[in-house]
Amino acid sequence: MSYLEDIGSYFLMLKRTFGSFTKRSVLKELILKEIDDLIIGSLGIVAFISFFVGGVIAIQTALNVDNPIIPKSLIGFATRQSIVLEFAPTFISIIMAGKVGSFITSSIGSMRVTEQIDALEVMGINSLNYLVFPKIVALLFFPFVIALSMFLGILGGLVAGVYGGFTTLTDFTTGLQDDFDTFHLVYAFIKTFVFAFILATVPSWQGFYMKGGALEVGKASTNSFVWTSVLIILTNFIITQLLLSS
Amino acid sequence: MIKIENIRKSFGDEEILKGISTVFEKGKTNLIIGQSGSGKTVMLKCLLGLFQPEEGYIYYEDKAIQEMDEEQQRHLREEIGMLFQGGALFDSMTIEENVMFPLRMFTKKKKTEMLARVNEVLARVNLEGVNRKYPAEISGGMQKRVSIARAIVNNPKYLFCDEPNSGLDPKTATVIDNLIQEITHEYSITTVVVTHDMNSVMEIGENIVFLKNGKLVWQGNNEDIFKTDNKDVTDFVYSSDLFKKIRDIQIEEQ
Repeated sequence: MSYLEDIGSYFLMLKRTFGSFTKRSVLKELILKEIDDLIIGSLGIVAFISFFVGGVIAIQTALNVDNPIIPKSLIGFATRQSIVLEFAPTFISIIMAGKVGSFITSSIGSMRVTEQIDALEVMGINSLNYLVFPKIVALLFFPFVIALSMFLGILGGLVAGVYGGFTTLTDFTTGLQDDFDTFHLVYAFIKTFVFAFILATVPSWQGFYMKGGALEVGKASTNSFVWTSVLIILTNFIITQLLLSS
Repeated sequence: MIKIENIRKSFGDEEILKGISTVFEKGKTNLIIGQSGSGKTVMLKCLLGLFQPEEGYIYYEDKAIQEMDEEQQRHLREEIGMLFQGGALFDSMTIEENVMFPLRMFTKKKKTEMLARVNEVLARVNLEGVNRKYPAEISGGMQKRVSIARAIVNNPKYLFCDEPNSGLDPKTATVIDNLIQEITHEYSITTVVVTHDMNSVMEIGENIVFLKNGKLVWQGNNEDIFKTDNKDVTDFVYSSDLFKKIRDIQIEEQ
């Protein structure tokens, strides 16, 4: 019963988020600030993780492919497929659920605890539109983060594969181009948009409706990470079934 | 003027407000007092429209808040200033941005005009030279004053204060009390203060509403409260040793 109430309040939150808009000039500033906090502020960690995980994928593929019949170009192929289909869109989103999601929940939760949300409501401001809508708009730029992750992941694979002596540049690039299906990119970016929406709204919901004090803000942040990750994994499964299994 | 008619509010099976009726007059500091759990904050939140009472009406001038549509309620809230218990200043904004916030949201003033008004109200609450600081960089008393400045910057018709003295030393608390009263008289605002601080009652209690267990049991001013023989009120007023001693001295002098 409690889960049904939670689902209901999540959708009611979405309805209120898109109603009674904040003044345009203020909203513009809020969106730019959120882009800075949520997107620009995440580029460093995403770049670091993507580059090295790309390298690890290439090395592990090389080490597990010791049959001389299998061409070395498989290293580039496997790196591309792993990164484009799953690592960049799904696992970077889960990492972002930890970084961005916890930030969103704790910042909105702290505002709830210190009556800042009440202050907005008393002033007649739609607090959900003021707080959540700019985050949704900012996370529309999330696909750029994922595109960067794809590029750096493949680059990491190339550097580790070629300079680690596991393959040649020609073999790796041949593998990258082998059997390339552009729909895989479409699929990855469709997933990314859905995950971006989950990333913006689920942590916001956790923070906005939390009750209690500082300890509960911490608990809400943890719950936010858990539920955002679970939803990302579930929607990943559903989207993959719908788009790739036919 | 705010008029309340027979409001009732429950949470689950527990009735918090049990049919309260009263009037909060314009240009006066109206105090809601009572012990913890008496329903003061719930009454304040009903006045603010944050809680909807199950029964009764709350009139702002001659219009009941329950009969206002969404647009009218939003317009009413633009005329309300609120001083929260913890200040409720926005952490991510400077003092200047905090005070300017209602002007940015609800007016079409130019930045220079808004800045002039911000400096005017900050000077009014005796705070100058803190414009660029963040709330975390100033003291609790200063935060309360910034909160008052933010509450009055857009010339509100109604000012609500929730425990304005909590967490403050007695001297700063008196400064805040006096500031609230001065502003109320100066701008002819209808001010409603929720408090359980007897010093505030003595300093600024021009119209006092005493609540007990969700009922209004006494109403008067800060002179009447020391003369009343209402047992609930006297138990509350003379619960501290200081006030007991004052009463004993008064009796001896008589």
